[in-house]
Amino acid sequence: MKKSLRERLAVLSDAAKYDASCASSGTSKRDSSKSGGLGSTEGSGICHAYAPDGRCISLLKILMTNFCIYDCAYCINRSSSNVERARFTPDEVVWLTLEFYRRNYIEGLFLSSGIIRDSDYTMEQMVRIARDLRLKHNFRGYIHLKTIPEASAKLIEEAGLFADRLSINVELPTDAGVEKFAPQKHPANIRRSMGALKIKIDELSEPTHTRRRKRFVPAGQSTQMIIGAEPTSDATILKSSAGLYSNYSLRRVYYSAFSPIPDASKILPLIKPPLVREHRLYQADWLYRFYGFGMDEITAGKPDGMLELNIDPKLSWALSNRDRFPVDINRADKEMLLRVPGFGVKTVMSILMARKHRRLGLDDLGRLKVSIKKVKAFIEAAGWTPVSLIDRGDLRDMFAPPPEQLVLL
Amino acid sequence: MVETEHVAQSPPSASQARAQPPPSREREFTVPPAFLTLAEAVICHSDPARFDLAYRLLWRLQTEKHLLGDVSDPDIVRAHALQKSVGRDSHKMKAFVRFKELPQTGERRRFIAWFEPEHFIVARVAPFFQRRFTDMDWIIATPKGSAVWDGETLRTSDEAAEKPEIVDDTDDLWRTYFAHIFNPARLKVKMMQSEMPKKYWKNLPEVDLIPDLIRDAEQRVRDMAEREASNTAPKFHAALQKRR
Repeated sequence: MKKSLRERLAVLSDAAKYDASCASSGTSKRDSSKSGGLGSTEGSGICHAYAPDGRCISLLKILMTNFCIYDCAYCINRSSSNVERARFTPDEVVWLTLEFYRRNYIEGLFLSSGIIRDSDYTMEQMVRIARDLRLKHNFRGYIHLKTIPEASAKLIEEAGLFADRLSINVELPTDAGVEKFAPQKHPANIRRSMGALKIKIDELSEPTHTRRRKRFVPAGQSTQMIIGAEPTSDATILKSSAGLYSNYSLRRVYYSAFSPIPDASKILPLIKPPLVREHRLYQADWLYRFYGFGMDEITAGKPDGMLELNIDPKLSWALSNRDRFPVDINRADKEMLLRVPGFGVKTVMSILMARKHRRLGLDDLGRLKVSIKKVKAFIEAAGWTPVSLIDRGDLRDMFAPPPEQLVLL
Repeated sequence: MVETEHVAQSPPSASQARAQPPPSREREFTVPPAFLTLAEAVICHSDPARFDLAYRLLWRLQTEKHLLGDVSDPDIVRAHALQKSVGRDSHKMKAFVRFKELPQTGERRRFIAWFEPEHFIVARVAPFFQRRFTDMDWIIATPKGSAVWDGETLRTSDEAAEKPEIVDDTDDLWRTYFAHIFNPARLKVKMMQSEMPKKYWKNLPEVDLIPDLIRDAEQRVRDMAEREASNTAPKFHAALQKRR
């Protein structure tokens, strides 16, 4: 018997939850006040709900189908899995997106799919959904399409006209990992697709004199890699990310802690997802993108190439570079202020502004909502010099929570 | 920045403040544009002292031209705190308003939402909904005022509205989605609650699923671990293998 729409929604959202991204930010600003249609994107994304896993629900994140001809070991939808299968028609996906949007449950659609028949057939159906939303229904909300790497360039280009973001998953941090666990996927093809997309984005963002620029993937491309399914070190993972950011101008690299799935493959460990490790990788990624750190600096001095789990990578860096501290908050430049553990980008901007008016002391920092306890060993301020604090042997213990062992399931 | 903008002789806050009246009428009254942005947010706050604060800032700005840049001044700190709280409430309104469909009477579809904001933000946030839900008629009703859009005019009122009792079947599909996008192996309840504070829960159709999702999570993960991977793959897998 054919499954109801609701039953299929259950199967196809179950199948989509291992994709980490749910971002709806960073696209072009637009709304429906002139078109009289439906939808807007106004810069920052909106999380319309949070699941008990603490993840933001911003988009309707579903698979068009979870039938798949590939057999990737880490994937719930691999062809050898006995997971329940279902498929939406393009019209059903369009309907669900619009009805969910009208009730203000979501910012838009994140559509992915198992590969059925062949790459082009699958991609064509996905593009049709995006095209119908935009052209038939005048929809101006957010659309993220997961691109099939083997699909033809023409289809990917068409997808880019309708989607805010396109992504192609590199799947695992190393080529060897992909070859081993995703035998039908080829790292070279994935890179070629990402490269072609980058070139197209660059080309279409060149200003022209004669006509308006075409809107093409305004929120750029992103990717995801699974962490902890095979024994790659954090240093290797972060190095691989740095390469992705610089070679393909990716907006984001998502790290997805390998998570137990129903009917899991026997060749992979059934572990509790390494959530703390995933969190530390995101923090490192953040330091690289917004705080001026090099990826190699972050993992330098870690003999096994692994980030510390019990303290964050910024504090860890500061503790192994104590000669760079204390930092005088009334005189240091922005670059060095950004390296103080406990200062965020906003705090640093506030300090730079406030210190034009007076010499700042610890109480001024308190009013900027900085945790004095966290920062005082690393800074000098009006009326405050940490004297010997920075040289104390037990400085680390003042920050680190007692270690906890990650358990096997 | 010393760019200034003229404001009306008696700012809205003046009548309610207990401070002294502004200086003589001949004197030109100026504030930096950033003050208007700040004051517009501050006066939406539910703190009864908000007008006093806004007025005090207005007064001090006449002699302390760079006051707004002094981000560790106690009045500025307080004003920023109110602004931030209003900003957060506004953001949560954009996120947590849930429209329910009413029977269609004319050409346009009609929706209504009941929301309970912490501050007086309905008029402030309503234009966002107008820009987004342009092709449908809607009402957002709250105990602190309401907003109505009919495709041509956006009207707002400060009067307390009554909670409507409406059922929308699509809520069930949304609840199905919410339950299935959750990964039980990644339970992080505190994180969820800090972003989706309980004060907003009562009008969200999905939240009554949360206790069960949390309770069953551990068992579901254990079941996944204990169940052996099946030894037989589905038929189509075998067919696919042959094709290669």
